[in-house]
Amino acid sequence: MSMDARDAVLAAHPFALDAAEKGRLLGAALVELTAHHAANCPEYGRILAAERAGVPAGISDVPFLPVRLFKELALKSIPDDQIFKTLTSSGTTGQVPSRIFLDTATAQAQSRALAAITTNFIGKDRRPMLIIDHPGVVRDRTSFSARGAGILGMMTYGRAHTYALNDEDMGLNLDAIRAFAETHAGKPIFAFGFTFMVWKYFLSALQAADITLDFPGSVLIHSGGWKKLEDEAVSNDHFKSVARHRAGFEFVHNFYGMVEQVGSVFMECEHGRLHAPGFADVLVRDPLDWRVLPVGAEGIIQVVSAIPLSYPGHSLLTEDRGVLTGEDDCPCGRRGKTFRVLGRIPAAEMRGCSDTHTSRAA
Amino acid sequence: MKPLADVFAESLMIDAASVTDDLAYQSIKEWDSVAHMVLVTALEDNYEIMLDADDIVAMSSVAKVREILAKYDVTA
Repeated sequence: MSMDARDAVLAAHPFALDAAEKGRLLGAALVELTAHHAANCPEYGRILAAERAGVPAGISDVPFLPVRLFKELALKSIPDDQIFKTLTSSGTTGQVPSRIFLDTATAQAQSRALAAITTNFIGKDRRPMLIIDHPGVVRDRTSFSARGAGILGMMTYGRAHTYALNDEDMGLNLDAIRAFAETHAGKPIFAFGFTFMVWKYFLSALQAADITLDFPGSVLIHSGGWKKLEDEAVSNDHFKSVARHRAGFEFVHNFYGMVEQVGSVFMECEHGRLHAPGFADVLVRDPLDWRVLPVGAEGIIQVVSAIPLSYPGHSLLTEDRGVLTGEDDCPCGRRGKTFRVLGRIPAAEMRGCSDTHTSRAA
Repeated sequence: MKPLADVFAESLMIDAASVTDDLAYQSIKEWDSVAHMVLVTALEDNYEIMLDADDIVAMSSVAKVREILAKYDVTA
């Protein structure tokens, strides 16, 4: 099956396509993927047949599956002997995790896509990296948590990896942090962690101990959901301000993404907007009639991506509410749609990387 | 400077004899994403180079690693 449009959109610069080019290229890639999955994933084929779905006319016309379907069904478009990795979401106690089956082609597309986005924000040079977690999170190589897998994925973009927290109690490893700061003084560093871990075990701990760090030129990237922080009434602005003033992280970027569509990461720019890369897109839909909503209107987030070949996850309805903030018009200069995430839809099952710590010993 | 096969063998904790050109990333359980980062550090130390992120992602086999090293004027 020809995947020319998919190949082309994946090879394009992640923030260079304008709305017209993207509509054509990504639209064609999603048409290819819809046909591919209909032919290779029996369940997906039956869903499309039941919906009497024809060939999609464009991005917004591609049928979408609810993300929770990946918990209920083992959906894949490859024979079992081609599964090379199975990702599971950070399901908490009593909840069924999603299972995402990757072949080598999908895994490779995923790492390349993530590389294109990440290096756009932190540059190609691998910086000294401070991991805001404990070393144990990646120790068990046979069963990584979603957190461990996320950290490993990001380690590619750093060097001299240093863990900021202790294994025993998740306390600050001040000796390691100070040695790291000294060794790399004057060099811009890269810090990565999951939002909740960064807040609770790093920023809050620094505040409690009245310690101030300074990393000029540094970038902190964090992800994993805001639910727990919203419960503690910590907004993105407050988080950023503490990260800057307390930890000395000069640039702070949150990103939105999910295990069901790995590699497609929506990174927050200098102007606080989440950006859709060229090979993926975000649509906001009205929960009453599923029509596509314009900029400024709140609704349910749908995500599409050209990456998933091995499972039918190229068009998914999330359980998050959001609002588009623009398209091709962000002051940062990156093209594509921008949006904000407003939180979970009320009935959604609680889930997210920020939930993994308390419910399961990390 | 150690031979490439030794760097691989030590990083992945496998026998140097099994380090052939067509040995591919993720094709054996020893060459997983954790070992991949160990390998990156070992290559950088051994050849005194600094690989960029694109190279690390592209290091899909022993042959490919050799090809990438050549970009840094390393003959391995």
